[in-house]
Amino acid sequence: MKFFPLIWSNLKRKKLRTFLTLLSILVAFVLFGLLSAIKEALTGGISMAGANRLVVQHKVSLILLLPESYKARMERIPGVELATHQTWFGGIYQDPKNFFMQNPVVPDEFLSMYPEFILSAEQKKAWHETRTGAIVGRKTADKFHWKIGDKVPIQTPIWSQKDGSSTWTFDIVGIFDGKEKSTDTSSLFFRYDYFDEAHRGDRGQVGWYTVRVKDPKTSAEVAKLINKEFENSMAEVKAEPEAAMAQEWANQLGDIGLITTSILGAVFFTILLVTGNTMAQAVRERTGELGVLKAIGFTNGQVVAFVLAESCLIAVIGGVLGLGLAWLIASSGDPTGGMLPMFFIPRSALILGLGFSAVLGLATGFFPALQAMRLQVAVAIRRM
Amino acid sequence: MAGPINWFLQVASVTKFGILSIPQRRGSALASVIGIAGVVAVLVSVLSMATGFRKTMSGSIPPDAVIVLRSGADSEMVSGLTRPDTRLISDAPGFAHGPDGPLASSELFVIIDLPKRSTGTDVNVPMRGVERAAFQVRDKLKVVEGRAFGWGQNEVIVGTAAASQFAGMKIGSTIKVGREQWPIVGIFSANGGAAESEVWTDATMLQGAFNRGDSFQAVYGKLATPGAFNQFKDALTTNPQLSVKVEKQADFNEAQSTMMTKMINTLGVLVAGLMAVGATFGALNTMYSAVSARTREIATLRALGFGRGSVVISVMLESLALALIGGLLGGALAYLFFNGHQTSTMNFQSFSQVAFAFDVTPELLVKGIVWAAAIGLIGGFLPALRAARLPIASALRDL
Repeated sequence: MKFFPLIWSNLKRKKLRTFLTLLSILVAFVLFGLLSAIKEALTGGISMAGANRLVVQHKVSLILLLPESYKARMERIPGVELATHQTWFGGIYQDPKNFFMQNPVVPDEFLSMYPEFILSAEQKKAWHETRTGAIVGRKTADKFHWKIGDKVPIQTPIWSQKDGSSTWTFDIVGIFDGKEKSTDTSSLFFRYDYFDEAHRGDRGQVGWYTVRVKDPKTSAEVAKLINKEFENSMAEVKAEPEAAMAQEWANQLGDIGLITTSILGAVFFTILLVTGNTMAQAVRERTGELGVLKAIGFTNGQVVAFVLAESCLIAVIGGVLGLGLAWLIASSGDPTGGMLPMFFIPRSALILGLGFSAVLGLATGFFPALQAMRLQVAVAIRRM
Repeated sequence: MAGPINWFLQVASVTKFGILSIPQRRGSALASVIGIAGVVAVLVSVLSMATGFRKTMSGSIPPDAVIVLRSGADSEMVSGLTRPDTRLISDAPGFAHGPDGPLASSELFVIIDLPKRSTGTDVNVPMRGVERAAFQVRDKLKVVEGRAFGWGQNEVIVGTAAASQFAGMKIGSTIKVGREQWPIVGIFSANGGAAESEVWTDATMLQGAFNRGDSFQAVYGKLATPGAFNQFKDALTTNPQLSVKVEKQADFNEAQSTMMTKMINTLGVLVAGLMAVGATFGALNTMYSAVSARTREIATLRALGFGRGSVVISVMLESLALALIGGLLGGALAYLFFNGHQTSTMNFQSFSQVAFAFDVTPELLVKGIVWAAAIGLIGGFLPALRAARLPIASALRDL
């Protein structure tokens, strides 16, 4: 540590150059942070998925409905603890741009299936007592300034009421919070019994089921048993672990992982070149000084350490500042205004970013360090 | 008269000097060129995704093509029309007529779960049930392999893009629709349009398989003349028996693609913009070191009577030259690697897959070069000022 002032004053020698290098590293890590957040927003469902939950949908198409009677049949399958259903309502609040999901559910089963949604006991009671009651996640409640007791009109092009009206009015009886930061609290849930009675289509139809298995290790087998149970029936099903389902959804968008990594690759390669070049220049200019250091008894190892410490210092400072800035940007919320509701940088990406900044420091310092090590004292001093 | 010419000669000779000395600063010049190439490559390739998507969605749709949906529906998926509705619609004035009556096809649009070739996971493949007129309404559509499906038969034909993007889509294999396996009997092309991602069959057969009774989702039609649109639209929207919305198909498809293109463009410009900031710092570094390496030459030139202006301009020209090389390189890379690259994504608005090709257009390449030039000019400006302000006497004393 006693050599720190020496490293520091080397960095200060050309303040402008150090500053520009620092800024370009910073920009690279801001990008890294934001791309991680985008990737997380697009694939977030995968890490959020419950390990003990399966999703069961119609085998041919997810727009085809399943009978409500499947619940009882599924719950008789060994290994299944609970089955509950949801249906895509596809409603719009005021403007199609205000996208959030609204689904009819059976309150008790639903809350038991998703312990990550936290609703107070009294709000739960109010939901039981209000047929047209709905609960909404904190995020959407805040966005539209909804309070308990508000009546919220929602239009849906898919489900007409018996009188032909396509506007459904719900009473907000509860606002739920998420257990984790990554829990999506943008949806609204209302009562299936009300929905089933009021809509114009056939009774007793649901969109898809969520099934909780007793032991997460058996989920693959249970999924097979469920598929088998409904083989050759009117509506065959496809059961999958929730994570696989979420992965499938992410894949629908195309290969997000590949696109993100190739952009990051391009960015890092660019930054590596810029910084590497600057570092090499800085060492070249100091050839004479390094020769003097060696002449007065510094070992090769120490000289190499100086050069590497300098490059790592600048890379890590840039990395930390960049990630910090990205974190600040990400915490101000979704930049697309609703399309990426879960916009944040996961902790794993922050750690990875720090790791990358160290690697960047080592990689850019490597050649200049090698050069410094091989330096012959006599040659170096002659150049002074 | 001699003034300006002299000045140009000065600029030219100082610039020549600078450019000839680039090989001595290979490393740093290369770093700045590659940095700028990276920005342009990312910018152009990401934006080419949006252009390609948009071209597929709304390209080459004739002005006389119209679509009728239930009012309030902003996509086919959530629209619904009954048989009496579609009958009233086909009777409306303005349609072109073929041998079998008005060129209007009532269609059903659903999605089916089939695996995507690249990932092996299931995706929402769009499937369309059509009536006979569909092939006259979309006159660019032709079966390129096999034959058309038979009316009243459980048979399908698939678009060329669907055949390449989704697994198991070849003539002779079958796909599961409803409770049965339906054979694929043909492959069709549709002039690069979004229909090429779809699976087509007879609307009546699809109604049965999806328990849709006798209902449809949209009517696609061809007008006698593009000018008949307003009259046609008014006739339908003022009909008290109907509650529909009428759009030109080109406008409708354009609207279907806005969400996706907007998202890609925003992300692309954001990412490339940040990279550009980084590359500008790189360019600044390069030019600052170029100027400091040439302190003596510049001072000598100034002592010989070369003006400040010509020094500034020449440093900026040098930076611009490096940036343009970077820009061309980046554009070329994007073109070579991505132009025509086939991929597919989910269109949020239709809730189903659309296959498209990256489209690196000349406009995008120009845009990339403009970005490169901007980076070069910004990166050259401050170092140029420093070069011009060099105190001649002290710089020469260093000799």
